[in-house]
Amino acid sequence: MRDGRRTISRMSQQEPDPEPAEILPAWSLAAGAGEQISIGDEWPERVTRDWAWGGSTGKGVSVCILDSGVEADHPLVGHVERAVAFKRGEDEEIELEDDPEGDLCGHGTACAGIVRSLAPECTLVSARVLGAGFKGSGPILLGGLRWAVEQGFDVVNMSLSTTKRQFAGLLHELADTAYFRRTVLVASAHNMPVESYPWRFSSVISVGSHEEPEPDTFFYNPAPPVEFFARGVGVEIAWLGGGKILSTGNSFATPHMSGICALILAKHPELTPFQLKNVLYLTANNVGRGR
Amino acid sequence: MNDDLRAAVAAGALGSEESYRELLQSVVEVARAIFGARASSVFLFDEASDELVFEAVAGEGAEELIGRRFPSSTGIAGWVLVTRQPLVVEELADDPRFAREAAESTGFVPKGLMAVPLLHEDRTLGVLEVLDRPQKAAFTLAEMELLGLFANEAAIALDLLQRAREARSVLETEGGESEAVARFVELLADAEPERREAALQLLGAVEKLLRER
Repeated sequence: MRDGRRTISRMSQQEPDPEPAEILPAWSLAAGAGEQISIGDEWPERVTRDWAWGGSTGKGVSVCILDSGVEADHPLVGHVERAVAFKRGEDEEIELEDDPEGDLCGHGTACAGIVRSLAPECTLVSARVLGAGFKGSGPILLGGLRWAVEQGFDVVNMSLSTTKRQFAGLLHELADTAYFRRTVLVASAHNMPVESYPWRFSSVISVGSHEEPEPDTFFYNPAPPVEFFARGVGVEIAWLGGGKILSTGNSFATPHMSGICALILAKHPELTPFQLKNVLYLTANNVGRGR
Repeated sequence: MNDDLRAAVAAGALGSEESYRELLQSVVEVARAIFGARASSVFLFDEASDELVFEAVAGEGAEELIGRRFPSSTGIAGWVLVTRQPLVVEELADDPRFAREAAESTGFVPKGLMAVPLLHEDRTLGVLEVLDRPQKAAFTLAEMELLGLFANEAAIALDLLQRAREARSVLETEGGESEAVARFVELLADAEPERREAALQLLGAVEKLLRER
């Protein structure tokens, strides 16, 4: 987990806690306490790409790949700090177990490889919620996401979605909880006219594809619900068995944004998801001519 | 039972499983033609067995593949089903493991494929694949959107096909009565106007008889 998180609760105190154990929400602001939450004067006048992530490698930032697992020691992925899998137990409860199987279909490995290519020193964690069949995949996805939010990962990559309305409410709650606990959910949008989640929630960063070849080119979309477009066409992705292959899809645009988020958070660990979105906006290629 | 009977009768009156199969076949034929591809197929997700089933195939391997099954989250069709995300993969033939699996499941080794989930309302019904479109300079998002349009059409056809099958299964499990009613509705729909009018009058009399206590 990155450092630099701080509590902004109990604003009327003279000194903030030196080592806050957790982030507590501030429900109100006492007189004169505005200074305690003053934001550095480099913000927002000097938000450039160089300020945002120049020199960053993603070191210290944890990125959870919520997907089909990640192939261990794939050359494009490197070290995976931890791998867990979620499954439905006999009593229908969602169970967590260590995952020695790696990736069951290749999708998660591909996403992990893209994050690694942008943020070479970030910490990768695999949470397998796909691959054990389609039936019951909704509750497993929810269980995996709940775990990822509880673990406090800095970034959770979700190159997947569900169309089941019965899960929308719980997913929405989890997305908001993540947002307030400084876990950034980066989710693939649908380029089809369907209602699906969690990408449609405003508390996540939703990603569609553009056709440009540069991995750090991304655009802010002034016509949401898709918020950003990242590289998603003709991407070289990690393939099972240590190989690589060319692929296209929002599934691969999403980890590009996750990687960029990891770079920014490594350099600016104090940023909330709201501020991170602002940095992404201010550094998008179509905003201020991509400063 | 009343709702099921209504659905069954409606399906019997509106069309048959055969017509929906033809519609689905037409979708894969057109998809294959528009993309100039070697083959195109629709997989139905069979919820009961948690498997994907070849439901319609155009082009190479067409006949022998129909009805073939594999576990729902395996292969590229499986990725697309479980993530609900469209996907394009190129240079597949370079991977010997994939080549072997593909040859076993499709009869030939594609160089590349496009796959898109078939989503209807909040349900995931299956996957549409287009195999080996001609190699162009680069894949474009416009092609992905076109594929999405076909997917929408295929999803509607697949939804109708599933409903027709459910209706038939209701008829079969309910035995003679419902089947007789469905047969009657079909006959009524096909009848000449005068005969239909006469039949409806008779039906009105039967209804009156059944309502009297």
